[in-house]
Amino acid sequence: MSEPLLKVENLKKYFPVKRGIIEALRKVPVRYVRAVDGISFEIKRGEVLGLIGESGCGKTTAGRTVLRLIEPTAGRIVFDGTDITALSREELRPFRRRMQIIFQDPYSSLSPRMKIGDAIAHPLLVHGLAEKEEAKEIALKMLRRVGLTPEEEFYDRYPHHLSGGQRQRVVIARAMVLKPEFVVADEAVSMIDVSMRASILELLESFREEYNMSQLFITHDIAVGKLIADRIVVMYLGKIVEIGPTEEVLKNPAHPYTRALIQAVPSIARRKREKKLRITGEVPNAVNIPSGCRFHPRCPLADELCREREPELVEVGHNHFVACHHPLR
Amino acid sequence: MLLEVKNLSVYYYTLSGVVKGAEGISFSVREGEWITFVGESGSGKSTVAHAVMNLVPSPGRIVSGEVLFNGRNLLKLPGEELRKIRGKEMTMIFQDPMTSLDPLRTVGDQMVEAMTVHGVDEAEAKRKAKELLEGVNLPGDRFNYYPHQLSGGQRQRVSIAIAMAFRPKLLIADEPTTALDVIVQDSIMDILNGMKEEGTSIYFVTHDISLAVERSDRIAVMYAGKLVEVGTVDQIVENPLHPYTKALIEAVPDLWKEGKVRAIPGYPPDLRSPPSGCRFHPRCPYAKAGLCDTEEPDFREVERGHFVACHFPGVWRK
Repeated sequence: MSEPLLKVENLKKYFPVKRGIIEALRKVPVRYVRAVDGISFEIKRGEVLGLIGESGCGKTTAGRTVLRLIEPTAGRIVFDGTDITALSREELRPFRRRMQIIFQDPYSSLSPRMKIGDAIAHPLLVHGLAEKEEAKEIALKMLRRVGLTPEEEFYDRYPHHLSGGQRQRVVIARAMVLKPEFVVADEAVSMIDVSMRASILELLESFREEYNMSQLFITHDIAVGKLIADRIVVMYLGKIVEIGPTEEVLKNPAHPYTRALIQAVPSIARRKREKKLRITGEVPNAVNIPSGCRFHPRCPLADELCREREPELVEVGHNHFVACHHPLR
Repeated sequence: MLLEVKNLSVYYYTLSGVVKGAEGISFSVREGEWITFVGESGSGKSTVAHAVMNLVPSPGRIVSGEVLFNGRNLLKLPGEELRKIRGKEMTMIFQDPMTSLDPLRTVGDQMVEAMTVHGVDEAEAKRKAKELLEGVNLPGDRFNYYPHQLSGGQRQRVSIAIAMAFRPKLLIADEPTTALDVIVQDSIMDILNGMKEEGTSIYFVTHDISLAVERSDRIAVMYAGKLVEVGTVDQIVENPLHPYTKALIEAVPDLWKEGKVRAIPGYPPDLRSPPSGCRFHPRCPYAKAGLCDTEEPDFREVERGHFVACHFPGVWRK
């Protein structure tokens, strides 16, 4: 077994909650949003790990913390054998080129005043990988590669001339131009029409093959995760509740939350559905985290044990782990 | 027939040209049925929904057609009459509930007002508001909350509660779950289904055809400002006749489908200058030169209740 490309150990990110002036004067202790509360996982070279969860589960914070776009509160991030958790900005720079991020919103992640060709060439110049003319050549090739042709014509366009799907292709081209070894894709297809998602996913898949690129693919849509991920991690309120091979997790979800997520997804192939596992309510905020298992207030199977003790991740199948006192079987 | 739309066209007069947002749209909605309009962004699905309410935003204009609600043409009705129907007999909810909720007033306040403007007295309105909140599974104390104190899902529930105040005959829901997580989306769909079971017709708009199949009775597919196929869910899913409908079904990521998802090549056209002939022909693998690129196909009934606008419906099966 080769070393994983990325290793994340007990990663935590707490954000302080702003106190009002009266609270500050009365010395009310600062409270924290425990957005990411001790997660560990590994990603191999060329592997896509799908990070699934609802809004507020900490998946976006996790993705950004892994890249150190947000500083972790605790834990360790090891990239290709180097602990990057405490590297200075300067020391981090060579790693920046190797790790990229694709954001959800193709409308706000491109500068409206930069031609899309220049936007793609820009990272090459910043990292000193090419001179102006050469960077333009590479950007043109990249435009072609992501299907924005005729590329000479697209080079000079501005983002507002493009559709959402086309913009997302530009965002992908800009990240891929550096030939990254690892990419965090944060809801990369969520704002795109369902009909366009497949083609964007195919594009990412083709880059994975070409660069043997690893991905942390963050999504709230488990059906999208199924298409692209080798393994799936499900997060709830800052914790990993289940992790395992995609097929196995989808066919035999062991955590009641995972099962509820799967059953809530609309499907054409299975439009007359089996009985649902009803869960109620919505994700609580990460300041007042429930005792014991964080999911217990919404869980139909919760009992005394769940209210009192937080479950640990245990192996329930080959490489399949779940944090639940009463895993489904 | 509860709602009959005949030959409806809506254009947007923008600085860069006339965008033909919807053209020659005809369909009907029966009492107590759930019909879902499916299409990509820019297909005109939302434009038609707004036109049915006679609420097309500027610079859009309804340039032709009729919208018959219980036999009365809403496009010809004086404002006073129209307002009596809107918000009472037909209501609409949106993707972002904050477009219809006032951030400065409590949920209860807004619910009560929605009823008093139609002549309900205040005490009665208050009692009913609490009942309506329970109907969408919100605790009664949310009555005193401001919209920002609620989650996105809860806000959407409030806007549904307001929309249901008078048990409308028709509820138009324009992508009401697009911004929500799947579990919340599922519960909103269940609530709408409950409304339907109590007799309200649901006119649902979405870009996600998989969302249409479980609870709708019929599906209407739009492409580039045109209605291309209408049928029962079974007809559309088991026996799609328009190549676009087929492509749309195959392009959706689906948890339970074996095999690959197939992307639709190309992009929807610019509606300032839509393609000649069939608007789908530049992206259609079955298009025939000399016909599909020159002659616009009629929208016709090919089997009972199943309409399609295509020169070669279901051609891939032959």
